Amino acid sequence: MISSDQVRAPKRRGDFLFSTTALVAGIAILVVLAAVAIFLLAESLPAFLADPAEISADGSGFWGLVGPLVFGTIWAAALALLIALPLSLGIALFISHIAPRRLAQGLGYVIDLLAAVPSVVFGLWGITVLAPAVQPFFVWLVDNLGWIPFFAGPVSGTGRTVLTVAIVLAVMILPIITALSREIFLQTPRLHEEAALALGATRWEMIQMAVLPFGRPGIISATMLGLGRALGETMAVAMVLSPSVIISFALLQSQNPTTIAANIALNFPEAHGIGVNVLIGTGLILFVITLIVNMLARVVINRRKAFSGAN
Amino acid sequence: MASVSIMSSNGYHPLSRTVLWTTAGLSAAVSVGIFVILGIGGTTHTFNIVGAVVVAALLNVVVSYVLSRIIEGRRKAKDRLMTGLVTTAFLVALLPLISLVYTAVSNGLPRFDSTFFNASMRNIVGEGGGGLHAIIGTLLITGAATVISVPIGLMTAIYLVEYGRGRLARAITFFVDVMTGIPSIVAGLFAFALFAIFLGPGIRFGIGGAVALSVLMIPVVVRSTEEMLKLVPNELREASFALGVPKWLTIVKVVLPTSIAGIITGVMLSISRIIGETAPLLIIAGLSTSMNYDLFSDRMATLPVFVYTQYANQGSDAQAYLDRAWTGALVLILIVMVLNLGARLISRFLSPKGLR
Repeated sequence: MISSDQVRAPKRRGDFLFSTTALVAGIAILVVLAAVAIFLLAESLPAFLADPAEISADGSGFWGLVGPLVFGTIWAAALALLIALPLSLGIALFISHIAPRRLAQGLGYVIDLLAAVPSVVFGLWGITVLAPAVQPFFVWLVDNLGWIPFFAGPVSGTGRTVLTVAIVLAVMILPIITALSREIFLQTPRLHEEAALALGATRWEMIQMAVLPFGRPGIISATMLGLGRALGETMAVAMVLSPSVIISFALLQSQNPTTIAANIALNFPEAHGIGVNVLIGTGLILFVITLIVNMLARVVINRRKAFSGAN
Repeated sequence: MASVSIMSSNGYHPLSRTVLWTTAGLSAAVSVGIFVILGIGGTTHTFNIVGAVVVAALLNVVVSYVLSRIIEGRRKAKDRLMTGLVTTAFLVALLPLISLVYTAVSNGLPRFDSTFFNASMRNIVGEGGGGLHAIIGTLLITGAATVISVPIGLMTAIYLVEYGRGRLARAITFFVDVMTGIPSIVAGLFAFALFAIFLGPGIRFGIGGAVALSVLMIPVVVRSTEEMLKLVPNELREASFALGVPKWLTIVKVVLPTSIAGIITGVMLSISRIIGETAPLLIIAGLSTSMNYDLFSDRMATLPVFVYTQYANQGSDAQAYLDRAWTGALVLILIVMVLNLGARLISRFLSPKGLR
């Protein structure tokens, strides 16, 4: 922490050992990340190279299998984000600017509790409570709005549809988006807010003029981190969805596009031979997708750190 | 609302508190009325609390918007509308939390008995049996993951805060952040791929699960420890250097003790994050119905996987399996809550004065 060119402390063996250990630990993290990529690649190579007929009966091969899975993964995550984003921005604003100061921290903690619930419990809740609860609503949607392609029938009798999954996923990613955007909103320069209020703005106009523009990069990256979480979420999807490997935009039918992660979780315990390699291959694709999303999010955050000049 | 007398001379009449509360009360009454009538009419089977709350909240927002629009004007009305919507968003988010906790407690309590904590699932087909083997497995695997992750995470954080400068440190920070986003199932696949290459295909054992969980845990430990080390005032380090203490001793004797409360909090929170992970353990630790104390051989049951398989592979007496699943879920929630609360208590009571 001190930089002094005049006086140099004597070299000590303890210092050398300690700093080297720290350096090795730091490098170990990079090695682990590289190892994840390398070992996944090594184990999935047989799937990439195998004869297409070996992998699936119709001969479409690995890429024919992975296409619908990638679609399902992105589709479910995007739906979840669509539900979660407005809600979490609302909650973040509520906690940071609207709730009484004294309550705010406690309320934030309550939302954080949602993040602490294990995903398998969310899955259990989704299948036993949420799916039966929303199923009558789905029937109503199909009966009355069935002309919209998304709500096309026939309706699922169990409620285990991609929309239910999206709701569960939304609940799961809500805390992370809320927590990050709340932090950003709280960092809004006090002077900006007071200036807006002094010019006669109502509280909402102040939020519109000062808080949201300041928080926009933060909101974007929080969204992408939430998206990354939703893309990789496994158990909730595996338990709630009634899966099939198809590409379909219908939200309420009993045939739903499944996600990469759920497909792995459901099929891995019984997989053998080339099947294992195929599943690891899909895992590699998921890894690459989430890596890209997360890196973009981090780049946005880091750029803001450097140029905002406000904090 | 205190500004009524000043503003009213300009023709501006803000809604009084009484009016707002009356609106809220009326909305609630109307909404409850609607759902009671629906219930009597047979459209809904039981009184739908969730529906009533949501309808009441939305009704209140709309009515107070219209009132405000007529009396207070467009801008104030929009302010009320958005405030109402934002508050509703918060209430909506509470619904799943309440519902989930209620369901877990009410479904989990029937089997929350001594048998559950004293028996494994060995030779159990219908009723009875318990999750002891899974609880032991979870403790062992999580413990091993902690033993692997904490030293690496701690030293990395020390490197980043105390030593790291330049491109390498920036790269490590960046990739630690990226690593927090690795899906848990990918971590499980990684552990499987790693051990399958060296130990042959079809490998399932506890330590593999610990490795997978470490991949998920290390970045969390690094991030939280880093934040804590940054909070240690530079004056403390400088005072120590001025007394001639070597840098590594300064870190061990001054920096770490000062931030130890925060570090423990971070570690506990990271444990609470990984203890509920299911997917990686499903892949690499597998499931057994018997006790297994050896991390290095054979399949090992863990609580999350136990919950999942009890649900997924229900036997002929389905209720017994579901009861066990919910009790497992309840135990899991309790463990996570205790870790969370404990972490917060530690950070409140152990942290040195003046830092917070």
